[in-house]
Amino acid sequence: MTLANETLEREVTDLVISTLNLDVSPEAVDPEAPLYREGLGLDSIDILEIALVVSKRYGFQLRADNEDNVRIFGSLRSLSQHIAVHRVEC
Amino acid sequence: MIDFPILTHSSDRDIIACCKGRAVTVREFLGEAASLAGRLPERPYLLNDCADRYRFAVVFAAALLRRQISLLPPTLTPETVRQLARSFPGVYCLTDDPHRAIDLPLLLYPEDLSIADVERVPVPHPDQIAAIALTSGSTGAPVPHAKTWGNLARSARAEGERLGITAGRHIVLGTVPAQHMYGFESTVLLPLQNGAALAAARPFYPADVCAAIEQLPDAAVLVTTPFHLRALLTIEGTLPAVDLLVSATAPLAPQLAQAAEARFGAPLLEIYGCTEAGQLATRRSVEGPEWTAFPGISIYRAKDGFRVRGGHVAGEVRLDDVLELTSPQRFVWLGRSGDMINIAGKRTSLAYLNHQIAAIPGVLDAVFVMPDEQAHGSVTRLTAYAVAPGLTQASLMQALRERLDPAFLPRPLHLVACLPRNATGKLPRGALEALSESLREAS
Repeated sequence: MTLANETLEREVTDLVISTLNLDVSPEAVDPEAPLYREGLGLDSIDILEIALVVSKRYGFQLRADNEDNVRIFGSLRSLSQHIAVHRVEC
Repeated sequence: MIDFPILTHSSDRDIIACCKGRAVTVREFLGEAASLAGRLPERPYLLNDCADRYRFAVVFAAALLRRQISLLPPTLTPETVRQLARSFPGVYCLTDDPHRAIDLPLLLYPEDLSIADVERVPVPHPDQIAAIALTSGSTGAPVPHAKTWGNLARSARAEGERLGITAGRHIVLGTVPAQHMYGFESTVLLPLQNGAALAAARPFYPADVCAAIEQLPDAAVLVTTPFHLRALLTIEGTLPAVDLLVSATAPLAPQLAQAAEARFGAPLLEIYGCTEAGQLATRRSVEGPEWTAFPGISIYRAKDGFRVRGGHVAGEVRLDDVLELTSPQRFVWLGRSGDMINIAGKRTSLAYLNHQIAAIPGVLDAVFVMPDEQAHGSVTRLTAYAVAPGLTQASLMQALRERLDPAFLPRPLHLVACLPRNATGKLPRGALEALSESLREAS
């Protein structure tokens, strides 16, 4: 993993935790663990909240029909990779 | 007796649905419903799990033809499914998701449905029970609310009149599932009973909603919730024009209503209702807070709160809300009564949640608390405190996931040594807040 990707992953972890007021420290989150259900326990309400902060922070809109949504939100790592590919550099 | 055909379109060449850019005619819809009806198993109850709204409508119509009752449960957690199987012997699930895992006899929506020849539009008997909507109640067992075909059709026609739905002109697009009362009424029955069309898609992300609107050939009616509207309004730039916005499940803040009207270039009408009684009233939010009931519906104050009767409402139904009545037809909503909670448009009661957590083996005492809502529009979650010496946080969460809709899972869940009950066994809010504060300091 490159340093840039590692930095982004950490940034996305912080963003998810702060957006959703999760009771967990960033270090305690396994980047490969599922975001849905057992992992961080996210539901569709959370996913929409994250979609909003991602569009605000990284300048692109999440879409369900151009990529497998379940895969994007599979883990913090996959979400970070999706953001790395689609982000709009400011 | 008035007849209520399954649909009210004037010709079998009229468009009834838009599926991935393809227009579906009334002839195709009726033909597919008749074909599917011939293939349904002989069972009394059906759980219509189709995510595609057109398929949901075909399944609903096929069930009507076979006199099978469609169940509309509030959620599909494993515990709810077990209760459905207990309360409705013979229930089966019809889905369009090949990967659906659910503990019921399962039928996959056939990909090879032929279009049967249907000479005339079927007319179910108005007293036939078409659907049973379920609420979570407060004792853990789902509470059934039967809906006759006549009630549903009358209500959908009243709604069409109130919203100004024009036959052959409007296409209804929904961000809400067809399986919930609001989505069922406003995205399935509304187009069927007003000669309009429905969009099969259920877009989720704001960008998907905009793309779906742009793909529709006619005037779009967007049926949504405050939760989705707020997300849509965060999009920068131009939003696609619609003909009408409809919102329900929770009252909309006036500024949000104003912004939505301005940005979509359309009037926004809110619908007030509940699973028990169905839709009851509407308002145009930018014109003020007062709601006007549908024709024939009247609301009155009773000993146990507010009750509604008349119109399409079967008997009398008690409302879980506190209202200020200006007449039996007009009112202002003041708040939810007692222990009712609403999270992103999903309703339940604290009594139900407390019952569910207490029923988990190993839980000695527990309580759910709804914190004061955040002002800036983000979704507020429940907090729960539990005394469960033999359980870990993860194992208790897992047990809750079996029983509760994800929206109601506590965040945070605190395991504590005991709850600050007073001499009468009650939990004063102040004592809980103090407990919460001490837990925050300890962490």
